[in-house]
Amino acid sequence: MIGLEHYLTVAAVLFVIGIFGLFLNRKNVIILLMSIELMLLAVNINLVAFSSFLGDLVGQVFTLFVLTVAAAEAAIGLAILVCFFRNRGSIAVEDVNVMKG
Amino acid sequence: MLSADLMVILPEIVLAVYAMLALLGAVYTVKDGAASLLVWVTSALLLALAVWIGLNGSGTNVAFNGMFVDDGFARFAKVVILVSAAAVLLMSEGYMTRKGLLRFEYPLLIALATVGMMMMVSAGDLMALYMGLELQSLALYVVASLRRDSLKSTEAGLKYFVLGALSSGLLLYGASLVYGYSGTTLFSGIIQTAVHGDLSLGLLFGLVFLISGLAFKVSAVPFHMWTPDVYEGSPTPVTAFFATAPKVAAMALFARVMHDAFGAAVSDWSQVIALLSVLSMFLGAVAAIGQTDIKRLMAFSSIAHMGYALMGLAAGTAFGVQAMLIYMAIYVTMNVGTFAFILSMERDGQPVSNIASLNMYSKREPGKALAMLVLLFSLAGVPPLVGFFGKLYVLRAAYEAGLAWLAIAGVIASVIGAFYYLRIVFYMYFGEERDDALDGVKSPVLYGMLMASAIIMVVGVVNLFGIESVAAAAAATLVE
Repeated sequence: MIGLEHYLTVAAVLFVIGIFGLFLNRKNVIILLMSIELMLLAVNINLVAFSSFLGDLVGQVFTLFVLTVAAAEAAIGLAILVCFFRNRGSIAVEDVNVMKG
Repeated sequence: MLSADLMVILPEIVLAVYAMLALLGAVYTVKDGAASLLVWVTSALLLALAVWIGLNGSGTNVAFNGMFVDDGFARFAKVVILVSAAAVLLMSEGYMTRKGLLRFEYPLLIALATVGMMMMVSAGDLMALYMGLELQSLALYVVASLRRDSLKSTEAGLKYFVLGALSSGLLLYGASLVYGYSGTTLFSGIIQTAVHGDLSLGLLFGLVFLISGLAFKVSAVPFHMWTPDVYEGSPTPVTAFFATAPKVAAMALFARVMHDAFGAAVSDWSQVIALLSVLSMFLGAVAAIGQTDIKRLMAFSSIAHMGYALMGLAAGTAFGVQAMLIYMAIYVTMNVGTFAFILSMERDGQPVSNIASLNMYSKREPGKALAMLVLLFSLAGVPPLVGFFGKLYVLRAAYEAGLAWLAIAGVIASVIGAFYYLRIVFYMYFGEERDDALDGVKSPVLYGMLMASAIIMVVGVVNLFGIESVAAAAAATLVE
């Protein structure tokens, strides 16, 4: 029998993979965007699981908002990335280093 | 009652509809030709909304079954946000025209970001919180990389985007846990389950994730790493905007979530916020010492100032919230003046942000140097000026809430921090003579903003312009 804990565990694992993808990835900014997407999808699994467990629709409405915003966020991220590529000629993470902070 | 609900969020609707119509109108007609006009119209609208909200609002109005709350606290924050956004917009017009940066999207993106901020401070529900936050953030990512052909500006936008998205993810994960373990997304529902001593582990985890997501947005240590780079890389008017309105909105949202949703578990979060506060104050003070770029220095300065504002929040009392509101209002006023000065730093028509270029500035421009001196003393918290009273309020709030160690740490950090503000004053008055002097930029708007801000810092000591009682009333609506 698959219960709430199983969904929460999957979501937590995906979320942690997303965070590690952001910090350990040294190659490509596109992978950063994928990691961000993975984190948001982990949250969606969480929300839908809670929604079904609680018998409450709010969680699923929340999920739809998150999906919409995630799409807008990815569009803006890619647009900024294109501008950055035009100036730098590279999208490697180690080349995002003109300013040190 | 839909029409009653819509009446409550009418200011937000007006601003959002204006932004969308103006965007459509400009795209199909003259495009960038309308940019200058749009800047003036947008700032006029922002100021008009500030007057409307400030004078017209009364009582606590709730819309959409508690998702949107319009109370004294929200109105106070909204007025500060709208006025500072309008001020920054007015300051940026001349600078951006000279640099060929003024596109018609700029004022409209600022307007949309402002709608997001107004949503944030009025949020009564996790969904409203998230939508407001994202509307603000998405607009800000774009304005950070407004100078599309500059490597620094696009890099600033990219860094801001990646770290901002990470913080939204953390915040959202926290929101999902809070929803799951309290069974509702409404703050008024969460506060009934989130009671101290009876807080489930899931709610505690959710609270911690929410706090880290919000700490990113106010750039509190250890979630501050985006701030210096974004401040340095963005065009200066955009930096001025980042340092003012979004900080107020994020702090107000922080206070709203903590008190409206977790007000029954103050002791569970006040220690965490006290830790964020003390780290921010010390890192802001110490790391700014070695900076040579004034925009980077202002980034560390804002990190330190956020530490002081968080000190008010950490107190967890109504007086603490009042102190935080007063501190943020003073901070924004000082920053508008300081950035008016930074915007007028130019040599041969090129913007300069090197602190060394201010050597012996007082000889050429005694009036502006004196105004900057007043602002820097105020930022440092030197006693007779208004900035000192802001610090005094948060220190008192922390002390009265039994956080004496935090208040003492705040005093020590402000002494360390005074060094780098005074170093700029030293350059301006006692530096060495150099031949590569700054141009005398003639801009009545920048000059007016700088002088007005400096005069407020001096005259305000009489009674802080009555902001005290207004902030007290605002804080009382948030903390019962």
